[in-house]
Amino acid sequence: MSDSLKINNSGSKPRPLSPHLQVYKWQLTSLMSIGHRASGIALSLGTFLIVIWLVALAAGPELFSYVHQVISHWFGQFILLGFSVMLFYHLLNGIRHLSWDLGYGFDISTVYKTGYAVLVASLILTSITWLTVWFN
Amino acid sequence: MDKNKSMTSPLKSAKGLGSAKHGLSHWIAQRVTAIALVPLTIWFVSLIAFMKSSNYESAIETVSNPLNATLFLLLIIATFWHAQLGLQVVIEDYIANKMTRMTLIIITKFILAIIGVLSALSVLRIVL
Repeated sequence: MSDSLKINNSGSKPRPLSPHLQVYKWQLTSLMSIGHRASGIALSLGTFLIVIWLVALAAGPELFSYVHQVISHWFGQFILLGFSVMLFYHLLNGIRHLSWDLGYGFDISTVYKTGYAVLVASLILTSITWLTVWFN
Repeated sequence: MDKNKSMTSPLKSAKGLGSAKHGLSHWIAQRVTAIALVPLTIWFVSLIAFMKSSNYESAIETVSNPLNATLFLLLIIATFWHAQLGLQVVIEDYIANKMTRMTLIIITKFILAIIGVLSALSVLRIVL
């Protein structure tokens, strides 16, 4: 079995193939960078929600109550929850990007500190928003 | 002075670089809309969170408020502009084929323009 898995037959240890995605060690920095793009694309699609809400409001009470029914459904609420997480993440990470544009926070320890701060703050702001919606 | 030397200034020869000759203005517009969207997003989220969104009359009343309507229009302009600039960069980075790339960029521009104008028109109709 192990013989059949050997890549070479020269007797030396098989050399590692790199980069190998199955054993690739992800970094916070690259994941958050991809996350900024992914959340940006998701938010672009999410703008349809705002348009639908505004058009329904302008159209009249019948369409507005129908849209509200869809939003109130558990799946609609799930979509809105996702939208709010993406919005806070993109907002906070965007501020992080703007500070980099000004030349601040480039050293590795600061990059990791602000990275974790963005992740924690996004979750806190999302929780505060939804607690406000539910208890208001 | 050497007759063959160019009459253009160093500034002139540095400006207008990039494939579309507008690389810098794209970059700056992305940042300026981002800065505008920081307070606008905070305002928008708090407005929606505190609003009795289920009630049609109160929603109309909220959007009709002149200050809210102004901020809504600014939010719409900044959001769709920022989304267009961002999606363009993503498409430019990942789509190698020039024809596909240009087609996708133009399609996203058209879609964002349509829904952007539609939302602005809706706000105006509610206010006026």
